[in-house]
Amino acid sequence: MATAIFGRKKHMTQAFEEDGTLVSATVIEVEPNFITASRTAEADGYEAVQVGFGTVPTRKVNKPHAGQFEKHETPPRRHLKELRGVTGEVGESIGADVFEVGDTVHVSATSKGKGFQGTVKRHGFGRGPVSHGSHNVRAPGSVGASADPARIFRGQKMPGQMGNKEVTVKNLRVVNVDVENGEIWVRGGVPGGRNAVVKIRKAGE
Amino acid sequence: MITSENVQRNDVQFRPGDTVRVHYRVIEGNRERTQVFEGLCLARKGSGIGETFIVRKNSFGVAVERIFPLHSPKIARIEVASRGAVRRAKLYYIREKVGKKARVKKAK
Repeated sequence: MATAIFGRKKHMTQAFEEDGTLVSATVIEVEPNFITASRTAEADGYEAVQVGFGTVPTRKVNKPHAGQFEKHETPPRRHLKELRGVTGEVGESIGADVFEVGDTVHVSATSKGKGFQGTVKRHGFGRGPVSHGSHNVRAPGSVGASADPARIFRGQKMPGQMGNKEVTVKNLRVVNVDVENGEIWVRGGVPGGRNAVVKIRKAGE
Repeated sequence: MITSENVQRNDVQFRPGDTVRVHYRVIEGNRERTQVFEGLCLARKGSGIGETFIVRKNSFGVAVERIFPLHSPKIARIEVASRGAVRRAKLYYIREKVGKKARVKKAK
């Protein structure tokens, strides 16, 4: 059974471990993920649970969304998402206690959007000379050969949208689990800005 | 674990200009002992859990500076040996001074 939960990135801070080492940590706020439905291999072709989390005023919820919660007679939550590979009883909640200090986790979230960026920022290309009349400062350079192959190969690194896409940071260590306040602290940074929805998944499951 | 919510060392009152004695836990193999680093506090930097302070001392004619994280559990104790009377928060000018000028006035 896989272990996963949705949370919201709060902020970064530091903490001292028992042996005195200082670690940088990201605080992820986790409120109970209410299981609204389950997907099974027989009925849906895959194993998952649908969970709701986050607060939202009832008037802002559309009918299909609200219906998922009405069935269980609980107030609607802002987000309704699926956790693949997780099994659980409908009507129950997944809490911060699914993780223990020392667990290794993968954290996925939508990264901060950087807009349309050139190759220097987006792919780490070098830049050309800036003086002696050079006009080749941040240009991408050659993108291929000539009449043969007469096309540009797929995957050629070019300017384009940077960021604002799903990024996973793997193998982060859980340094603190605060069930009372609903907080999970992971070592290092995670994608996204403050209040971004992040998915925490146990590594290797 | 020590986090920003349970820092304990807010009660240690010392300022730049004070001479402090830092009792630092050193682990050698599987033995632990306490080392004392005594010197002049040049500055306190940062806030919250990340606060640090700089201690400068003269060790056999060589000036040694160490930066300690204030809330580190490796610091067993911080003692104030004497108070100094200084007019600024960062005493970096001391580094350029030699002899009698490299001192701080005692607080009254």
